Amino acid sequence: MRFQQIDQFAAELKADTRAAVYDGSKKGHEKRTKLLFDEYADPDRLRRIAGEVKQHVVENLDTYLPQVEAKLKANGVIVHWAATAEAANQAVLGIMRARGATKMVKAKTMVSEETELAHFLEKHGMEALETDLGEFIVQIDGDHPSHIVKPIIHKNRREIATSFEKNGLGAYNDDPQTITRRARHFLRHKYLEADVGLTGANFVSAESGRLVLVTNEGNSRFCLAATKCHIAMVGIEKIVPRDYDLALFLNLLARSGTAQELTVYTEFISGPKSPTQPDGPEEMHVIFVDNGRTEVLASDCRDILRCIRCGACLNVCPVYRQASGHAYRSVYPGPVGAVLSPLMMGDKFPQKADLPKASSLCGACHEVCPVNIPIPDLLLRLRNRAKEENVPSPGTPPMGAWALLASQPTAWRASLFGGKIINYLPTKLLPIPALRAWEAKRSLPAWRGGEFRKWLKTRKGRADFSPTAPSRAEAKKAD
Amino acid sequence: MSSSDDRESILSRVRGALAPLHKRAAMPDYTTELAVMRQMMGSRDGLVVFSERLALVNAIALTDPVALVARLRENKWLHGYCDPALWPALAPHFGADFKVETTYDRKRVDDYAFGITRAVGAIAETGTIVLNDATTSRRLGALTPWVHIAVVERAKIFSDLPEAVAGLGQDTNVIWVTGPSKTADVEGILIEGVHGPGIQIALVV
Repeated sequence: MRFQQIDQFAAELKADTRAAVYDGSKKGHEKRTKLLFDEYADPDRLRRIAGEVKQHVVENLDTYLPQVEAKLKANGVIVHWAATAEAANQAVLGIMRARGATKMVKAKTMVSEETELAHFLEKHGMEALETDLGEFIVQIDGDHPSHIVKPIIHKNRREIATSFEKNGLGAYNDDPQTITRRARHFLRHKYLEADVGLTGANFVSAESGRLVLVTNEGNSRFCLAATKCHIAMVGIEKIVPRDYDLALFLNLLARSGTAQELTVYTEFISGPKSPTQPDGPEEMHVIFVDNGRTEVLASDCRDILRCIRCGACLNVCPVYRQASGHAYRSVYPGPVGAVLSPLMMGDKFPQKADLPKASSLCGACHEVCPVNIPIPDLLLRLRNRAKEENVPSPGTPPMGAWALLASQPTAWRASLFGGKIINYLPTKLLPIPALRAWEAKRSLPAWRGGEFRKWLKTRKGRADFSPTAPSRAEAKKAD
Repeated sequence: MSSSDDRESILSRVRGALAPLHKRAAMPDYTTELAVMRQMMGSRDGLVVFSERLALVNAIALTDPVALVARLRENKWLHGYCDPALWPALAPHFGADFKVETTYDRKRVDDYAFGITRAVGAIAETGTIVLNDATTSRRLGALTPWVHIAVVERAKIFSDLPEAVAGLGQDTNVIWVTGPSKTADVEGILIEGVHGPGIQIALVV
């Protein structure tokens, strides 16, 4: 028997990478907690309300999408729709060709990661340059981001310095400040030469059609100050009902994502530049991208569409910390990715059906989620779906024998008693591969089968568990 | 498939996905006051809070053009861009050692050590400067120089985010700037001055 895929990846991870991911995510999480609890009397209330607002949007997208489209058009924005990743990329290419554009500067957008836009454009003879420092490094390395917010959390400064040197960005120097200055110098001329600036959107207000973009580096601002055409790729779930709701979401996003009270650049863009402004896009396009989202909407896991891509669940997740983002084989790693990625596969769900199993269901992701997504519940639903669809599950121990015992009270009692034998066996030497793999890193606790039943029977004030007793739900109804 | 085909297919899939729901989640009723930070409660002076918060995000509040000029000189930031509408009032404070242009030439992006532009307002709660298209003479002039000086009118300081959102207005491009441009992408180490200013100053008048 072999490991589950994600376990295998984690087992082979370089120690450096694991340390980088572990430290980075842990630090992010600790800062976030301090900030939220120092500044708000009841931070959980913020999360619950934000979750309700987004759930409302998700369940009323049929109303909100046409509404936001009408508003954008009234603001002078050209609206496109793309059902698939391919359609989204084609739409971008079409806009560029129509303008005779060949050079694009890109701000960080997860949707464009989904569609692999930069690769696509390069294949079609366009230059598409990532401008977020982390994404830029990922691009020159031919790598993939491993975190939604911190794309190079898995790299250390020495690796970055080496790839800068390889790409002609100066002699080896691993000082983070020098690395940043070199990128600044290289990229600012690229912005100024570019024809098109591409961004995503963190939120779109249905009321005003404002796109809200947040960055710390100012790269999105630069894209929209230097170029004449703005293209925004936006997932169809990014809507908030009113401008009024933005204060709540901006507060939660910055704190949850990077433990800041507010990101450095928060942009509210509702159309092409004002006529009196010399800099910035004269033309603005918004591409609404589905790419599997309606598939998610149709499932019983639609709550995941509330996600505002803050990365807090990655930072807190014990599995993510050990395995790193690349272990998830998806654009979206961590707990959110374990739900979203298999769902977005559509018919190919089985290919990523193992991801929901890579969780101890500890619930930390739910606790930190700024939109209160019950991620552990959704993971269970997906595990169930995989079982119902008979998706093979290599690496998980067979549970058939357990199921047989657990369904027959006499056999169960016998096994609880008989199990004691395990205390006297040299388990490490048994030819059971699953047990061996497990014991390679842990030690088996002593068998204590039956203790719980004994305790339950003898404790004082015990509840009535006889078959004739009313269930809790029934008792509640009777009240 | 064309974009309009995609529009129909997306919207019909959305409708199809939502059709089985017996009840749709309602919009919660809430006031954005709940998203205002604890320490902001009470009636403190907007400028005091703004200056305090500005310092926390590593930006600088000045109220005197003389202090501004001294700081620029001290750091040898002698060549810059200034909004032509602001220059007549500021020019007397700048000495002959400065070279200040009231037009911005994007071909010489590295020439400008500082840029002075007007802000449309500020937010005390977060130490944020609010820019927009109508007030900022050049988007690039407020972004590319190492030092950005935003001239903020004292009367236009919002107290918190909800108030600032309510005051977004009609401008198509409103930018909240909270401190210098920064990144922590390399090993989580904070570096200021990535693509935008490394030094952010608010000159409150």
